[in-house]
This record gives sequence, C-alpha cells and structure tokens, in this order.
Amino acid sequence: MNFRAIWAIYTFEMSRFFRTLLQSFVSPVISTSLYFVVFGAAIGSRIDQVEGVSYGAFIVPGLIMLSVMTQAISNASFGIYFPKFIGTIYELLSAPINFLEVVLGYVGAAATKALFIGIVILGTSALFVDLTIQHPVAMLLFMVLTCISFALFGFIIGIWARNFEQLQLVPLLIVTPLVFLGGSFYSISMLPPVWQTVTLFNPVVYLISGFRWSFYGLADVPIGLSLLAIAGFTALCLGIIWWIFRTGWRIRS
Amino acid sequence: MTQMAPIVRIKGLEKAYDTGFQALKGVDLDIEEGELLALLGPNGAGKTTLISAVCSLTIPTGGTVTVGGHDVVRDYRAARDLIGLVPQEINLEPFEKVMNTVRFSRGLFGKRRDDAYLERILRQLSLWDKRDAKIMELSGGMKRRVLIAKALSHEPRVLFLDEPTAGVDVELRKEMWDTVRMLKADGVTIILTTHYIEEAEAMADRVGVINKGEMLLVEAKSRLMERMGQKHLTIELHEPIQTIPDSLSDFDLTLLEDGRALVFAYDTRQERTGITKLLTELQAAGIVLRDLQTTQSSLEDIFVGLVQEDAA
Repeated sequence: MNFRAIWAIYTFEMSRFFRTLLQSFVSPVISTSLYFVVFGAAIGSRIDQVEGVSYGAFIVPGLIMLSVMTQAISNASFGIYFPKFIGTIYELLSAPINFLEVVLGYVGAAATKALFIGIVILGTSALFVDLTIQHPVAMLLFMVLTCISFALFGFIIGIWARNFEQLQLVPLLIVTPLVFLGGSFYSISMLPPVWQTVTLFNPVVYLISGFRWSFYGLADVPIGLSLLAIAGFTALCLGIIWWIFRTGWRIRS
Repeated sequence: MTQMAPIVRIKGLEKAYDTGFQALKGVDLDIEEGELLALLGPNGAGKTTLISAVCSLTIPTGGTVTVGGHDVVRDYRAARDLIGLVPQEINLEPFEKVMNTVRFSRGLFGKRRDDAYLERILRQLSLWDKRDAKIMELSGGMKRRVLIAKALSHEPRVLFLDEPTAGVDVELRKEMWDTVRMLKADGVTIILTTHYIEEAEAMADRVGVINKGEMLLVEAKSRLMERMGQKHLTIELHEPIQTIPDSLSDFDLTLLEDGRALVFAYDTRQERTGITKLLTELQAAGIVLRDLQTTQSSLEDIFVGLVQEDAA
C-alpha cells in the first residue's frame, strides 16, 4: 500500500477546499437558512406536525442528506475530472499506485468535504429548530456512509464525463430529482398508495429514511433495509471503479 | 568487462487501437544505463505511443517492457518507481504553486518528503526563486522546467522527455538542450523524442529512427549523422556530354540520362567537400556550366532511404 500517495492526493485535494474555506462554509449556511425561512417558517407554520415532529425539525435530516449527496458527488466528480481535463492525469497513471489508492485519496477528500458541510448544516439547523438526535452513533454512521458512497458515485461520473456539461448532467437530471422525491421534505406515508410503491424503487428513500430514524426514531422503511441499501450502493460503486481501472476505461487508452 | 543489463528493455512491443490502427508494430529496443537516446521520427511515427506504453499511459497489445528488470505491467510498482516522465503538453494545474506541485509528485511516488532534495532540483532548474509562484504566472520555458522538476522529484533512474522542444522558439530550445545535458551529466538515463535532426545531433549518444510504428534503426549518433550529412550538387551543363571525362573519375559523380546534368554527392561534415576542386577540373575539361543547385536529403528522404534499405 502506497500510503504516502494516498496522503499526497488527499492533502492536495483538501488544500483546494481550504483555499476557498469561507465560500465552502458560508454557502451551505446561507442556503440552509433560506430553506428554514421558506419551508420551516413560511410554509411549515401551516403544516401540522409530521408523526409527532414539527415540520421544521422533520426536514432537517432530508436537508442534510440533500446537501451531503450533491456535495459528495460534485466534489468527487470534479476532483477526478479536472486532472483529466487539464492533462495532469498522466501523473496518476505513471505513478506506482493502484486503483484503491487513487480512490482512497480522491473519494476520501470529497467525502471529508461533504461531511464537513453536513455538520455545518446540522449546526445551522440547531439555530432554527429544536433538534433531538436519538441515535447519534447511527446518525454519524449514516452521514459518513452517504458521504463515501456518493463520493464514489461522483468519482465514476468524473471518469465517465467527457466535458463539463456531462459532469453536471447526472447530478442535475438524476440525483436531484431522486433526492427531492426521496422524502427529503415529506413522509412517504403522506403520498397516495400507488406513489408509495413507486417511491420504494428510489434508492435515496432508504438513505433518508434511515437517517431520519437516527434523529427521531421515525422510518418509512425498516432500518436494516436502509443499511443494506447503502452498503449495496457502496459495493456497486466500488465494483464499477475497480472495473474502470482494470480496463482503463476512459482513462488509459 | 561484462556488459551491464540494459536499464530499459523493450521486446516486440505492439499497440493496436480499436479503430484497427497499428501505432506500434513490434518494436525492440534496449537502452543502456546512463546513455541519452533520441527517438527520431516524423509526426505520427509512434514516438509518443512508445513512451506512453513504457510509462503506463497506454496499455500495449503485445510484447513486453522491463525497466530495471521489472515488467511494467506485472511488477508495475517497482518499474514505475524508476521512471520519470515529462509529457509533451504542458499539463499543469494553473492555480497550484510550484513547490506544492513538485512535492505532490514526490508524494505520489511514495517517497518520503524531502524538501532539501526538491530545493536542489529547483535550484538546478532555476526555479527556486519561483517556488511560491503559481504555475499560471510562469513563462512557457519555466513551465516546461516545472514538468521536469516534477518528473525528477522521486529520484528516477530513467527520464522520458516527450518532444521537450516542440513548439518552442530557438532560444528556449538551446536552453532546454543545456538542461538536458546537465541532467545527463548527473547520470540520469534519458530517452527523448524529437522530429528535429539537429536536436538528436546536439545531444544524443545513440539515435533510434522510428517511422510508421517500426524502429528502422538504432545506432550511434556519429554513424547516423554520416548518412544524414549527404548533400547533392546538381550541375546543369550547357552542352550535353556522353561520358564523364576521366579527369573527373575521383569524384562521386553521376551523369543524368540526357547528359545535360551531373550530380555530385558529398559529405557536408568533411573538412573539404571537394567542390572547388571539382569546379576547377570541370573548367579544365572544357565543360561549360549553366546552373548550380544543391539539395540536402530531408528527414523524409532519409526515412524513405532507410525503409528501402530495410526491404533490400
């Protein structure tokens, strides 16, 4: 294992993050505050409690997940796409490193950034609503696993993308709709029965459900199923990345 | 004294693309430790593909490459550890600082951080004053030297330079040549690609000529330059002649078929080319000249010549 290489990639990626720390910190704070003003105060005041939790508090897990997923994807996809775009990828290909080391460096950094933003949003939320976290360890576990699995997914997108448009395409057309329709801002039980069934095909539902359970003990689907879903998604992404490096798909001709 | 094993050994290396294009057609090449080998060939000859296959940027479809005895595919860590690569394009992150990017390269190769060593490289490449400058603030020549510094950061034994002077003005080219000579003096084995004969001439110990994915020949520079130094003087005559006068038999002359022109082949690197003597003799023989014209074999001509020799 080339630990120095992992560390070199990780710190190199993180330094980009630290250069824009203020921006990285301020933008999630502002966007979260806006959500609370709109959904929590303006609209939320007209909505009854959802399963015994105030609407403002109910949306916190979904809000965190929304940001964590999109941040993990965009950080990881950009992280690996950028060297491809400017040509510095040659160095990764000619260095004595294997796929796991490259992934640990890039995905590790992207997941760290997403985790940081998730925690910032959690902290901001606490300023607006009364938060209870019934299962803090599970909460952290879910958040970390989501950061990692979506960073892996983003890494795949970054390798797949041939231009900046494609880089934005998957997050915009697939991930954002899945997250919005995945129960970020509502409970699945609020939907008509047919749509409840359809929703169960959305993998994001399992993540948000499990994450919300760790806060309020409320879950749309069994918690074990949530864990299984995220483990499966992580394994699938790792498998795809292993295949990418083995065949050199879109990186090594 | 026994011959040391070559540091790089390329055997039957092939690269075919999905499109069916065969970029390398079974290349064999041994590179000795400490030498400077220039790979000479026109654009599209397969120079970059060859380097890419050795440096793991591309996956060969046949043959083997070993570096320091390590197979570049099976034993990639040990092999890549010995190789430094300077790409043809200026592939650098524009917002990064010089020292950071060089330090990153060293880390990527799994080497312990050693700022004293990196300082020595940067000083040697006249980049030390720019260590905290962002890449985008540097001139073109400096950026190329940053690429070299990155390639040297992990103390490789073999350095590949892919067209180090492509698209570079004359002054920078000379500067680059000095840099390469300095690296060679440090004992690094260097393989560089170029399509300039003068570049190979200025630096190489040996020259490999590659065209259409085939290694046409690899030989000591001095021998190759002899072949390439040939020039032709065409002498158009006022009146056609039937035979070359005996007094001119010492010269390498050919009479063109209609007898209206003589072609004199000579070597530009000789102390005396014999032109003055030839012209004097011509006058003595009473031959009246109409026009003179000299042509030098272009690289293309030489390639054609080599291919024909190959076939013969």
